[in-house]
Amino acid sequence: MTATASAERALRRGGVLMAVGLLMVAGVYVRALLFTPEEATQGLAQKIFYIHAPSAWVALYLAYGIVGIFSVLYLFLRDPRLDLLASSSAEVGTVFTTVVLVTGPIWGKTIWGAWWTWDARLTSTLFLYFIYLAYLVLRSAVEEPGRRARYSAVLGILGALLVPFIHMTVYLFRTLHPMPVVLQPGRPRVPGAMLVTILYSFLAFTVFYFGLLWRRYAWARLAAARAQGDAEGGADATR
Amino acid sequence: MRSVLGQAWAIAAKDLLLEFRSRTAFLSALVFTALVLAIFNFARDPTAVSSVDLAPSVLWITFSFAGVLGLNRAFSVEKENRTIDGLLLSPASRTALYLGKALANLVFVGAVEAIALPLFALFFNVPLLDVLGPLVLVIALATVGFVAVGTLMSSMAVNTRFGEMMLLVLVLPFLITPVSTAAEMTAKLFAHRPFAEWAPWLKLLGAYDITFVVLCTLVFEFTLEE
Repeated sequence: MTATASAERALRRGGVLMAVGLLMVAGVYVRALLFTPEEATQGLAQKIFYIHAPSAWVALYLAYGIVGIFSVLYLFLRDPRLDLLASSSAEVGTVFTTVVLVTGPIWGKTIWGAWWTWDARLTSTLFLYFIYLAYLVLRSAVEEPGRRARYSAVLGILGALLVPFIHMTVYLFRTLHPMPVVLQPGRPRVPGAMLVTILYSFLAFTVFYFGLLWRRYAWARLAAARAQGDAEGGADATR
Repeated sequence: MRSVLGQAWAIAAKDLLLEFRSRTAFLSALVFTALVLAIFNFARDPTAVSSVDLAPSVLWITFSFAGVLGLNRAFSVEKENRTIDGLLLSPASRTALYLGKALANLVFVGAVEAIALPLFALFFNVPLLDVLGPLVLVIALATVGFVAVGTLMSSMAVNTRFGEMMLLVLVLPFLITPVSTAAEMTAKLFAHRPFAEWAPWLKLLGAYDITFVVLCTLVFEFTLEE
């Protein structure tokens, strides 16, 4: 019963962090629309950067990094909780990648005149999405928890190594995607008000990611604890 | 090290002998390849796109799908007869098992490619002989990377529901580097571009091969039952 109780407590705490993250993300909208100057050449279309760029940071680096790290740790330590953390991060990362792949074309249609181009960044994000999907599909196709954890850890590690290769492959082609304006050598090339908004949006999306991760992880633990409880209860009943 | 390679060779020889006796997988992969090449000819407008422009992508799409078909065989034969337990109980190490399976797959896919290549040259009217040496090198490197990842994935896919479909979902994302670099180099070869133009792609493909051969050998044991 204690496993269930602690998972329920984690679920509530994760919920609090998630709500805080959600409020902060709402703050990004308010700040971006009302308190940040409009970009001179792109106009209102540029506002989508405040959602697109932080989602990309979460999806491509933070969430996938955590999948990779916890996959390696799982294979060494064999603690089922590490597997639940990696898979929760993969699920949340898939959601953020979806946001990136939806917001990007909306901006692209306005500025480039096309929803999609086979540009370096777009292609690598799309392939990362395919790896996330393969990871989730693989998990759904394996019943036994130990085997599921091992298989997904192997795929998580291989995927983490594939990402730099995709990046290098697509960089040998030309790129249309705007280059970074904040994380670049030298001083950021954006006005102060925009810089504050973009940095704040990165913070807000990071907090929101950890809220979702925590809650998803607690939920997975709760499901595991209940399944175990049912199994033990069933064993008692037959005795 | 020598004993690992010896064991790997024994496992590969066993797999190849099994395949040589029945030839079912090999023949079906070959017929499939010929069919794909023929269908591509119907699916294009010969007056709009010249066959030399289309040829590299056709070649690599055909090789990718034929290769995945071949990979399914490696572990499904062991599963059908529950012989994988015998292999795991044998004194052969898990590394030797992986290397043996990968070697057999390499020979299998290589044999399909060796027959498909002249067929491809015939159907698409590509002057193959001038560039044969470098092209074989490109095909060999891409096939090594593809088989390294594919052998590992097929060991997992065989234990999942809808294993054959699962193998495609698992392997295809990993083909982006070998297939796109190889297709790019093939295009440059057919256009008789100088080596300096395709050298960066060759380096990238080489780095991919080294990384994934080592990594897959290391993690293979986690895909097996303990």
